[in-house]
Amino acid sequence: MKRKSSLEVARRYTGMKHIDAALHTRGESQYVDDVPPPADMLQAAIFGSPIAHGKIKKLDTLAALKADGVVAILTAEDIPGKNQIGSLIEDEELLASKIVHFHGQSIAIIVAETAAQARKARKLIKIDLDPLPVITDPKVAYQKGEIIGTARTFVLGDTSAVWQDCAHVLEGSCDIAGQEHVYLETQRARAVPMENNTMRIYSSTQSPYAGQKIAARVLGVPLHKVEVDVKRLGGGFGGKEDQATPYACIAALAAWKTGQPVELVLNREEDLKMTGKRHPYLSDFRIGFSRDGKILAYDVQHYQNSGATADLSPPVLERTLFHSTNSYYIPNVKIFGVCCRTNLPPNTAFRGFGGPQGMFVIESALQMVADHLGKPREEIQQINLLQPGDFFPYGQQVEENNVQRTWNETLNIFKFKKRRKKIQRFNASHFEHKKGIAIMPVTFGISFTATFMNQASALLHVYTDGSVSITTGGIEMGQGLSTNIASIVSRTFGIDPSRIKVESTNTTRIANMSPSAASATTLLNGNAAHIGATQILDRLKHLAASELGIQGIDNLELVDEQLLHNGHDTGWRWAELVSKAYFSRVSLSAHAFYATPDIFFDKQREKGRPFAYHTHGTAMIEVTVDCLRGSYEIDAVRIVHDLGRPINDLVDLGQVEGGLAQGLGWMTMEDLQFNEDGKLLSHALATYKVPDVYFMPDKLDVQFLENAESKLGPYGSKAVGEPPLMYGIGVWFAIREAMKAFRPQAKIAYDTPMTPERVLVQLHEKEISELQTEGEQAK
Amino acid sequence: MAHSTRFLLNNTEIDSSAPPGLLVLDFLRQHQQLTGTKEGCKEGDCGACVVLIGTLDGKRLSYKPITACLMPLAELQGKHLVTIEGLNLDHLNPVQQSIVNSGATQCGFCTPGIVVSLTGLIMTEKTVIDQPSVKKALSGHLCRCTGYRSLKQTAEDLQASLSGTGIKALIEQEMLPEWFSTVKRRLRKLNRSLQSSNGSLQNNGKPQVMIAGGTDLYVQQGELIPDQAIHVLDNDPELRGIEEVDNHIRVGALTTFEEFANDRLIQKMIPNIEGYMQLNASWQIRNRATLGGNLINASPIADMTIPLLALKSELLLSDGKKERLIPLTRFYKSYKTFDKGASEILVEIRLPQFSDTTQFHFEKASKRKHLDIATVNSAICIDVEEDLIKHIGLATGGVAPIPLYLHETCHFLVGKPIELSIIKEALTIVQQEIAPISDIRGSADYKRLLARQFFIAHFATLFPEIIKLRDLYEA
Repeated sequence: MKRKSSLEVARRYTGMKHIDAALHTRGESQYVDDVPPPADMLQAAIFGSPIAHGKIKKLDTLAALKADGVVAILTAEDIPGKNQIGSLIEDEELLASKIVHFHGQSIAIIVAETAAQARKARKLIKIDLDPLPVITDPKVAYQKGEIIGTARTFVLGDTSAVWQDCAHVLEGSCDIAGQEHVYLETQRARAVPMENNTMRIYSSTQSPYAGQKIAARVLGVPLHKVEVDVKRLGGGFGGKEDQATPYACIAALAAWKTGQPVELVLNREEDLKMTGKRHPYLSDFRIGFSRDGKILAYDVQHYQNSGATADLSPPVLERTLFHSTNSYYIPNVKIFGVCCRTNLPPNTAFRGFGGPQGMFVIESALQMVADHLGKPREEIQQINLLQPGDFFPYGQQVEENNVQRTWNETLNIFKFKKRRKKIQRFNASHFEHKKGIAIMPVTFGISFTATFMNQASALLHVYTDGSVSITTGGIEMGQGLSTNIASIVSRTFGIDPSRIKVESTNTTRIANMSPSAASATTLLNGNAAHIGATQILDRLKHLAASELGIQGIDNLELVDEQLLHNGHDTGWRWAELVSKAYFSRVSLSAHAFYATPDIFFDKQREKGRPFAYHTHGTAMIEVTVDCLRGSYEIDAVRIVHDLGRPINDLVDLGQVEGGLAQGLGWMTMEDLQFNEDGKLLSHALATYKVPDVYFMPDKLDVQFLENAESKLGPYGSKAVGEPPLMYGIGVWFAIREAMKAFRPQAKIAYDTPMTPERVLVQLHEKEISELQTEGEQAK
Repeated sequence: MAHSTRFLLNNTEIDSSAPPGLLVLDFLRQHQQLTGTKEGCKEGDCGACVVLIGTLDGKRLSYKPITACLMPLAELQGKHLVTIEGLNLDHLNPVQQSIVNSGATQCGFCTPGIVVSLTGLIMTEKTVIDQPSVKKALSGHLCRCTGYRSLKQTAEDLQASLSGTGIKALIEQEMLPEWFSTVKRRLRKLNRSLQSSNGSLQNNGKPQVMIAGGTDLYVQQGELIPDQAIHVLDNDPELRGIEEVDNHIRVGALTTFEEFANDRLIQKMIPNIEGYMQLNASWQIRNRATLGGNLINASPIADMTIPLLALKSELLLSDGKKERLIPLTRFYKSYKTFDKGASEILVEIRLPQFSDTTQFHFEKASKRKHLDIATVNSAICIDVEEDLIKHIGLATGGVAPIPLYLHETCHFLVGKPIELSIIKEALTIVQQEIAPISDIRGSADYKRLLARQFFIAHFATLFPEIIKLRDLYEA
C-alpha cells in the first residue's frame, strides 16, 4: 500500500476546526452561570469602597440585612482563615478591614436569594470613612517612596562611557495608558459546599491553582479541601490570571458561612470599576546614536503605575525590562524599572504582560532619531535590527535569524517601497486626508520568566472503546487550547480527533498547575499531553510487537487508526489494540509531566537564559487620517509572523488577528479615564470603546514564516498568544506620520492612546489658542 | 386587573405574569433557563444578548434583531421572540456552519448573539448578503477575540450557500426549523385573542415610566424599572408611520431610527441618510430606538435630535384632550428640561418640505466611529438661491446643556452669500453661542475646535467649489 506522506497526515490535524465551535454557535457551551443552579443557591454582590483611600470608621449593615431576600452580610471579621489574597506579596486583603486603598475595593459581601435583591440591599449599607491622600501618578508615588518590591536594572555594556562618542544624544518621555481587558464574560464564580467541610468552586479563572490556594488560605483549610473546576472562559486576556481569585474566594466564603451554594457574577460596571487593568507607564529615555543612525546607547527609566497592591506587577515590570529593546541590538543599555504604588485598582496581567510598554518606548526613541536625522523611521529600525549571535541586555543570545527574515519578507512580499511611493503621491494630491505607513517588528520571549513556573502535567485515559479523555493544567479561554490539545493527542495516537474529549481543568486531576499565561500554555500542556500519549502508545506498540512477533517498536506506527509496520498494514486497528491491552492488564492511563529545559535566570546579576526561545514577526500598517476632523481609518495591516509550524491553522490565525485587534485598540480608542480622586470615569462600554467590525481593516493579510519549526514544539509549533498584540503599536506611528504630512511642525507627544481628540488637538494648536481668545472675548 | 404578557417564545406560547418592566434578557436567563442568550454589558453595546423579535403587521410577519437587555417584557405582547435555542436544528444551519468554517468563534461568548443577528439579516426582505450588509449585521456586536476578519468572511460562505430570504425558502434550505411556517397563523390567533380581551396589559397602577424604545432609559435606570409601573408606547399605530401631509412630512413619534432611514420620503429629502445613520447606534439599537424617545430623552448630544433641529422640525404634543404644536428650536429650556407637560405625550414630528435647492449635511465625532456616543455632532439644512442663503438651519450637540440650535449664527447668515470671509465671520458667532464643558467625551477645547471644524466641514462639503479647506488653512 501507498505510504501516506507525513505532511498529508499533518494537514488533517492542522486543518481541524475549533473543538467547541459548533457548541458555541448553538449557544450550548456552558459558562459558569449557564449550568443549571443547584437547589437553594444564593447570589452574592459586593459592597465596594466609595473612595480611593481612607480609614474605615464605621460600617453599618443593619438596614441592608433586613432587606428583602438577604440571607447574610459578611465582612472581614467573618473570615475563618486569613484575610489575605496577595499571591506574590501578601499585601491585599480579601475584604478591607481598616483601610481602603482603591475605589471599589471589596469591603462587604451581601448574600441574598437573588442578585437583584443583593444589589438593592447594597444601597442600604452605610459607611463612614476618613479620607486619606490619593495618589494616581506613579512618579509622585515614587518620589514619596511608595514602591512595591525592589527597583530593577538591566545593564549591557556601559552607557556612561559612550555618550561622549555619540554624534547625537536625544532625550524624551512617554506617557503610556493602561487598557481594560473587556473579556465578554465578566468575572464570576460559583461555590458549592460539599461533605466534610470541603468546597467545590466553579470559577472563570486562568489560574485554578491560585484560586484553590488562596481560597484554602481564606477558609483556613488545607489545599485538598478546596477543588476548583474550570470548563472554559468567555475570554481572559490576563484579566483572570490573578484577578479571578478574589471572586472565587468571595463565593467560597459566602458558601462556607451560609452552608448553601453561592454564585457571584459581576455586572459590567462592577467589573470595570473593581478589577485591575494593563499598567500605565511613565517612561523617560536618553538615546545616543551615530551620524547614520546606528544606536550606540539607550538609557530608559520605567515608572510603572502598579495600582494599590502588588498583584502581578513585579513580573509585569520584569517583562518590560526584558523587552525594552524589542527587536533591536543596542551595545550599551541601561534599563531601570520600578513598581509604583498608587490608589488605583491593582493593575494586572494583560496580553503582552509589560512587554508592549517597553516596546512603545524604544519605538518612540527610534522615531526621534529618524526625525533628527531627517530619515524615514524604517531606515533607522532596519540598521539596528537583531542579528543571530547578538546579545539581549539580559544575557541571552539571538539564536535564529527570524527578525531579519520576517522584516525582509514583510517589506518584499507586501511591496513596501511601492506603497511608500503611492502614499507620497496621495499626500501630495490631497489636502485634508493624509496617509501614513509604519513598520513594526516584534521580538517576544517565550517562557514564564519565573523559571519554576515552566512546568505542566497531563492526565490521559483511554477507555476500552478507544475513546480518550484528557485533562491538562491549561485553561480553554477561547485561545484554542482544547483544540490544540486534541490535535496533539489525536496526532500522537494516529487516531481520529472525534475520539478525543478534552475535560474541564480541575485541581483534583491536575495539581499545582501554573496559570494559563505567558503564551506558553500549549508549549507546556501540549508537551505534557504529547508525553502522556506517547507513554500509552509505546505500551500499545510493545503489546502489538509481542503479539506480532516483532523485535522492538521503532518500525511501528499508528496512522489513521491502523497499526503499520514499516509502512505496511498489520491488520491491527486502534480499538482492537486498546481492547487487547485492557484484557492483557496493560495500563491505559498516563500522568505525564513536562518542564521546559535549559532555562534559568539569575536575578542578582539580572542575566541568564530566561526564554526557551523567541518569536518574531513584522507588521506593516497603513492608515488614512482625516486632518479636518481628527478621525482615522486603518487601511491595511500586513504581517509576516513566525509561529514555527502551526498546530492548527485557524486557531493560530485567530490568535494573530485577535491579538492585533487588541493592540490596535490599545493604541487608538481604548481610553481609560480616572479622575484625581482615583475614580474610574470610563466605567461602561458606552464610554470605554473597543474595536468593532468597522474599525478593523478589510485588508488584513497574515502570512506565517515558513521553515521556522521550533525544536521544543509540540510538533514544531511556537507560542502565539501574546506577540501579535504588539504589532498594534505600529498604528500609532502610522497615524503620527500622516499627521506630520498635514502639519510638519505639529508637536506630537509620545502619549497613548492616539484618540481622535489627540489627533485633532495636536494638529490645531494655533486654532485652539485663537478659539480660547474668542471665547474669552465673548465672556 | 392582573396583567399578563402573552407571546410566542421560539415554538412555545408563553403567558407570563412576570413584571412587565422585567428585561427580556433576565426573563430568558432567570425565568426560562435559556442560557444561550448572554449578558455582556446590559447597555446595548456588546450584542451578546441579541434576539429576534417577530412582529405581525397586517399580513406581513417581519423579524428584527434587537438587544434583549434594553427591552421590557411587556413589549413582547403578541409578538414572536426567537432566541438562539429557537434557531437550532439537529445539524448546524448555514450561518452556524459558516462561523465554524471561518474560525470565527474563539471564546464563544459573543457567538450566539452573532448567529442571531446574521439570521436576522438573512430574514430581512430583499437583503443582499455581502460584506457591507454583514458588517451592518455585526455593527451591534463586540468580539474581543477574533479581530472580525473571520466573521466578515462568513459573508462569502453565506452568499454561496443561501438563496431567497422568505421563511418558506429558509426552511427549505434548512436555515430555519419547520415550525417557523406556523408562526404567522399562531400570532394572528394570539393577537385576535388579545384584542378581544382588550389587550391592555401593562398598567399595574399609574404608569411611572413611559418607554418609547428605552434604549437609553434602560441604560440609565435598568435596575429600577422592573419594580415600577411602566407604559410601553409601542403598539399604538397612531404614533407610527411617515407620510406627506399638506406642506409637511408627518413622522410618528415612535418611528424607529431604522424605519426613518429606510423611508422613501426621507431618502428623497436626504439622499445620504443611510450613510449618516450608520454613524448613529447599531442596527440592533436602531431597530428599537425611536425619534420620539431621542427627542424626549433630551440628551445634549442626541444624534437624531440634532438633524431634526437643523431641519426646523415642529413637535405635536397631546394630553389626550388638547393638541399643540411647538417648534423644536424653542423646545429645550435647560439640561433635560423642555416644554412638555406631565400629561402630554409627543405624538408626531413635522418636517418642513424641502425645495429643489435644499441641502442637508451631518457630521459627528466620537472615539469610535460607529456605535459610540457623540463628542460633538452637527447638522446643517441650507437653501441657497441666486448665490444667497435663503434659509438655513444649524444645530450642534455636545457644546451646551441642551441640543443647541445656533439661532445667532443662522440669523447672521440669512441673506448673505457663501464666501470665505462670511464663513470666517460666522465662525466667531458659533464660538460665542456655544459653551462646552470638559467631560469623559472630550475637553472643552476639543469640543470648541470640533464645532469650528464641523461648521467648516458643512460648507466645504456642500459648496466645495466656493469653500476650499486649503484657503482656510493657508490664509
